[in-house]
Amino acid sequence: MNTFRIGGVHPHDNKEFSAHKQIAAVPLPQKAIIPLVQHIGAPAKAVVAKGDKVLVGQVIAEAGGFVSAPVHSPVSGTVAKVDATTDAWGLPMPAIFIDVEGDEWLPEIDRTADIKTECTLEPKKIINKIQAAGIVGLGGACFPTHVKLLPPPGKVAEVLIVNGVECEPYLTCDHQLMLERGEQIMLGIDLVLKALGIKRAIIGIEKNKPDAIAHMAELAKKHPGVEVKPLALKYPQGGEKQLIDACIGRQVPSGCLPIEVGAVVDNVATLYAIYEAVMKNKPLISRVMTVTGKSVKNPGNYEVRFGTPLAQVIELAGGIPEDTGKIIGGGPMMGRAMQNVDMPCNKRVSGLLFMKKDESVRVEPENCIRCGKCVDACPMGLEPYMLAKLSAAQNWDKMEQLNVMDCIDCGCCLFTCPSHRPLLDYIRYGKGKVGGNIRARQMAAQAAKAAAEAKK
Amino acid sequence: MKLIVAPAPHAHSGDSVRKNMLNVIIALMPAFIVAMIAFGWGAVITTAVSVCSCVLFEWLICKFLMKERSHVGDLSAVLTGLLLAFNLPCNLPLWIVVLGALVAIGVGKMSFGGLGQNPFNPALVGRVFLLISFPVQMTTWPRPLGFSGSYLDAETAATPLYTLKNAIKAGDSSILDELPTLWDSFSGMIGGSLGEVSAIALLIGFVYLLCTKTITWHIPVSIILTVSLFAVVFAAIAGLPVCTFLGTTLCAGGLMLGAIYMATDYVTSPMTHCGQIVYGIGIGLIVMIIRCWGAYPEGMSFAILIMNAVTPLLNMYIHPKRFGEKKK
Ligand code: SF4
Ligand code: SF4
Repeated sequence: MNTFRIGGVHPHDNKEFSAHKQIAAVPLPQKAIIPLVQHIGAPAKAVVAKGDKVLVGQVIAEAGGFVSAPVHSPVSGTVAKVDATTDAWGLPMPAIFIDVEGDEWLPEIDRTADIKTECTLEPKKIINKIQAAGIVGLGGACFPTHVKLLPPPGKVAEVLIVNGVECEPYLTCDHQLMLERGEQIMLGIDLVLKALGIKRAIIGIEKNKPDAIAHMAELAKKHPGVEVKPLALKYPQGGEKQLIDACIGRQVPSGCLPIEVGAVVDNVATLYAIYEAVMKNKPLISRVMTVTGKSVKNPGNYEVRFGTPLAQVIELAGGIPEDTGKIIGGGPMMGRAMQNVDMPCNKRVSGLLFMKKDESVRVEPENCIRCGKCVDACPMGLEPYMLAKLSAAQNWDKMEQLNVMDCIDCGCCLFTCPSHRPLLDYIRYGKGKVGGNIRARQMAAQAAKAAAEAKK
Repeated sequence: MKLIVAPAPHAHSGDSVRKNMLNVIIALMPAFIVAMIAFGWGAVITTAVSVCSCVLFEWLICKFLMKERSHVGDLSAVLTGLLLAFNLPCNLPLWIVVLGALVAIGVGKMSFGGLGQNPFNPALVGRVFLLISFPVQMTTWPRPLGFSGSYLDAETAATPLYTLKNAIKAGDSSILDELPTLWDSFSGMIGGSLGEVSAIALLIGFVYLLCTKTITWHIPVSIILTVSLFAVVFAAIAGLPVCTFLGTTLCAGGLMLGAIYMATDYVTSPMTHCGQIVYGIGIGLIVMIIRCWGAYPEGMSFAILIMNAVTPLLNMYIHPKRFGEKKK
């Protein structure tokens, strides 16, 4: 069975807690707080002010640039203020506060459950609609989707790779979405194929979701060019580069984007959002997230409007379990441990995971025993033990030579180390430094070029 | 509620140094059982003394010289003791065993800063020290007698490799008739260090190590293949019976023990698979050169120690295959 060729690990998938739980809608909050930064790129700019009435789906902040995304109101009501709120780590972030009144939608949004299959829009129009709907990658990266659909000059897309892998342990929202809304995802795929002007799509799904594989394969029969590829179980198969390797056997070169090998990758949740935006005029105002953990009372998959306080979602899942040591936004491999749950739900949060106290504490590291297991595990073919050592010695140049910038933060190295070395902590730190050095060099080069031109 | 905030990942494989060491110890048990059958109480006593003194020395050095938390619980000292014992003849005076343990742990391991820091395999440092200091005692191999014989008055046997060496020197293949049968060599009923005699028991352990993913195949297989190839070519050219020569070369003289358990020591072997293969080929070549032309009949210890010294170099120059590496 196909999988990516280098490294990888096999964490316990722990999906049984929330797998096959019907997607449940979370009730509307009384006050919604909508962050302006829910994507990678320039922050969105608020276009409403205190006292304005807004409807569901109305633009409340416009994109701050090409690589940016607008924000739509997920609720209807009155804008209370445009101010800063704090994120899950106590840092300030700009947001729009709305007092919710009723649930009135913009009239052009089709709220029926009908599935619309006919699309007469031209490719350009489809991409415009996706851009206007504020759609970003919902797999976790939150990169604005329209940017991916407009390949830079000289590059051509050949195949759309659909990420239905959900390789993070515990998370089940994409799995459930495929089971419940597979047809819409298929239509989303058709739309993206049309937008890109290509004919072939491959849906990668790991074999721990046999029902999703069967369901999607059945649906794919009616969608020419779409193929389901069952993949062997291995983390981080959902990583963009790994998924492309697993599906079509091409490796994206270091420092390049997937388009370099003719691939465009989108997550199933993103494709569902694309369908809703293009066919039903519904912008991105909600997402499905998994709330789970070994001691959570009602683990499950919840559809949440953005701006809803996480606390409200948690309550629905049965409250914070007594023995919680860590709350993670996302999965256990790449998710971030939160300091508090005062944050509102947004495009970035794909899940909430409550880890028990005894699982939350890291084991004391011992000496590196040079077993090489981290080298074997690294899916990018790096040498984590060496990078960590160089980072501790602040040898940034050598780290750059050893390609630290290729690191995708997957955590396989730390996961696998028998000595519990905090490898990725060191590597991340070094990566920050090396990245800074590279940018500084680029800037200096640009300045030198500008100066030379000014002289002429 | 106080939440723990730490960077990702928040999951761990559950692997630990202790688990890996324990796996190697378990893998060595079949060989230990054969040693008990072949050499009786001598094997048990030598092993017990070696393991206990290694652990004791490690604990003492941690506590009184390095003044840090002792790492005895990670079982690496137990493993060193076991491997050291496996490399000794079972009738070695016990005070020499203790001395070997002191050198292995004190000089071979702790003087470099403990587990993970030593460039050379500690058990081999101990053994080579003894081999050079006590050449007579270290090369007096008792004949396998089982529990019936007391090891003190065991008659000594020439090792199969010694016979091979004589045959090579004399260029006379009739000397090889003195060799034990290949089955004896394979199963362990031959003279030699106590843990090295049974190739089959060591191979069973190898399978266990592979199944538990404690080690990968790269080092043992590259050593064994290199040695086999070398042996076949050499025997053919020297006009010795190829099968006997090959079988004896592989089964005797700690080749299996070295290839599977000593050369694969995490700390002193290369990190990358490619490096491991180069390292394995290096060991295979050196051991055969020593055996065919050198002064010692076996040479596995020296070969491994020499390649241990090359390991940092291999780590520096051989890198794993990167994802998306452009072909040059
Ligand atoms: S986090 Fe980086 S260094 Fe560690 S395994 Fe993943 S890609 Fe390799
Ligand atoms: S996995 Fe851990 S102990 Fe093994 S080489 Fe890497 S850092 Fe060292």
